[in-house]
Amino acid sequence: MIDKTSLWIVIIGLAVGSFLLRFSFTGFVGDRAMPAWLIRHLRYTAVAVLPALVAPKVLWPTATGGDPDPARLAAAAVALTMGVMTKNVLAAMGAGAVTLYGMLYLLG
Amino acid sequence: MTITTVKSAYVKGIAAGAPFVLVIVPFASLFGLLATEAGLSVLDSLIFSFAVIAGAAQLTAIQLLQEEAPTAIILASALAVNLRMAMYSASLTPHIGSAPLWQRALAAYLTVDQSYVVAIAEFEKRPEMTVSQKVAYFLGAVTPVAPLWYIFTVVGAVLGTKVPDSWALDFAIPITFLAMIAPMFRTLPHVVAALVAVVVSLLAAGVPYSLGIMIGGLAGMLAGAALEKQLEQGRTGTA
Repeated sequence: MIDKTSLWIVIIGLAVGSFLLRFSFTGFVGDRAMPAWLIRHLRYTAVAVLPALVAPKVLWPTATGGDPDPARLAAAAVALTMGVMTKNVLAAMGAGAVTLYGMLYLLG
Repeated sequence: MTITTVKSAYVKGIAAGAPFVLVIVPFASLFGLLATEAGLSVLDSLIFSFAVIAGAAQLTAIQLLQEEAPTAIILASALAVNLRMAMYSASLTPHIGSAPLWQRALAAYLTVDQSYVVAIAEFEKRPEMTVSQKVAYFLGAVTPVAPLWYIFTVVGAVLGTKVPDSWALDFAIPITFLAMIAPMFRTLPHVVAALVAVVVSLLAAGVPYSLGIMIGGLAGMLAGAALEKQLEQGRTGTA
């Protein structure tokens, strides 16, 4: 199956590379002041990167071979709406899961 | 700043990170299952999860290993999926950049989507926290997540049978992330940043190595920052 040498090169390379990515700023910049314009951009990291990560998975789920799926679209919309309204992560997750399973059940 | 407040920050972090148990358990099991299916031993899978601790990147690597892609391409693709960690690191630096080196190294190893998003939300809400409290909170948030990531990688690998597709576990991640982000839409620039990121990421979905995520993310950050600046200037009358 998988070639063991490539596997270990990948594991070690990915471990070192991922650590360096995670350590890049906290480690190498540390407590040196960063310019205001940079900090202004960094404020939007979470609200930009995570939606960018999720959007293709919502619209074109791998599980359906990339076809838009009403159950998954509805679940995503409900989780987002619930999260905005209640500011409660767990409630939003629960509502999304209930919607997903409810719709999958109803749509067979 | 006393030991007590640092300890209570750690405990608060654990409470905030606890909901992610519901996500990490199925996700780690899924990785274990897929890794076994791809021919990794239980120990291989555990070492993989322990060394890399990044689900999306690990799944990308497993998939490409199975397709017998060149090693350099596999590494580049999986690291591209993880590029957002560098942005998280940059975003955490104003908060924990002055912590001792070993704490920053530990936090770096434990920087995952969940610990980052939980911690940054709290840091922005309570800027009066000290650096030690922030580090403690961050480590607290990842305490329910990291051990379960290792343990359930093993569980999934040992079970070795495929979880039925009808469980739709593929969608646990999108739902969690949406649930995590939604409470962070506090200002108009935050909302605009997210909308721009979504649109650009969808337009750039065809870009290889999952780089569309980074392109979308950067576009969103630029949009959010630009709007924030404009609104600020509007308020002070300098625009």
